[in-house]
Amino acid sequence: MTYVFLAGLLAVLVGLALFIARALKGPTIFDRLVAANSVGVAAIVFLALFGFFTGRPEFLDIGLTYALLNIVGVFAVLKFFRYGGLGSAGEEP
Amino acid sequence: MAEATIFNAEALFNMALLTGLAVLTFGIARLRNLFGVVVLASIYSFLMATVLVVLDAVDVAMTEASVGAGVSAVLLLSALHLTRMEEAKPMRSTLLPLFVAGVTGAVLVWGTLDLPDFGDPTQPIHAAGPDYLERTVPETGIANAVTSTLASYRGFDTLGETTVIFTAGIAVLVLLKRGTRRRNPKPGEGGDAL
Repeated sequence: MTYVFLAGLLAVLVGLALFIARALKGPTIFDRLVAANSVGVAAIVFLALFGFFTGRPEFLDIGLTYALLNIVGVFAVLKFFRYGGLGSAGEEP
Repeated sequence: MAEATIFNAEALFNMALLTGLAVLTFGIARLRNLFGVVVLASIYSFLMATVLVVLDAVDVAMTEASVGAGVSAVLLLSALHLTRMEEAKPMRSTLLPLFVAGVTGAVLVWGTLDLPDFGDPTQPIHAAGPDYLERTVPETGIANAVTSTLASYRGFDTLGETTVIFTAGIAVLVLLKRGTRRRNPKPGEGGDAL
């Protein structure tokens, strides 16, 4: 069973390399953003697989925290594009 | 056999992730678009958190992911609002900063030579471990030894760290609030509500 998780971890590492390559190449900012989000997802999957690989599945909880943090980052970036900054209160009622 | 597989695999993961970090660092240094730099820095933090998990420092990994990828990306985006999107061309030659950074890096590497070997069982950090593991539940009542060490046995150190981070956060808030006031000169609108 350990080797199954090892194979999964190696596959995630290959994916990470591809995401990093896309983030570095660009060419537009949105390519980089999607790549960053994908790295976040890959980090979560890596964390979960690594927990099972080393026999400590409690790491799944940390993966959940990473997912929540990813959402905060996405909201910040979207608000930046919509309002041009994070200081504004958003849409006036 | 399984133990050896896990150990070798961890070394492999570390090498792969650290290579990714090095490549990303060069990318960050070369990129002139500051928004792209913020995005790449957030990727860097996620990779760093993964490295720390592989190194078995889960609490540090949590901090790195929440502070590095979460909060500092948001703060840098806020700062980006107050400045320009493109990094200006350096006015002077970059050779001297490169030299200073190289010397600093060399000194840091030189400093690590003095550290004990990774996992050396004779060092106090490993030799004193069982003692703390035995004392942690009767003395502090906390089941997690990492938490009891951070919050109790080296509580003053943690208090100092928290003070530094708190001060930095207040400084950033004060700076951002001043910027908002200048943009909205009308009293009672925008500037007061952060």
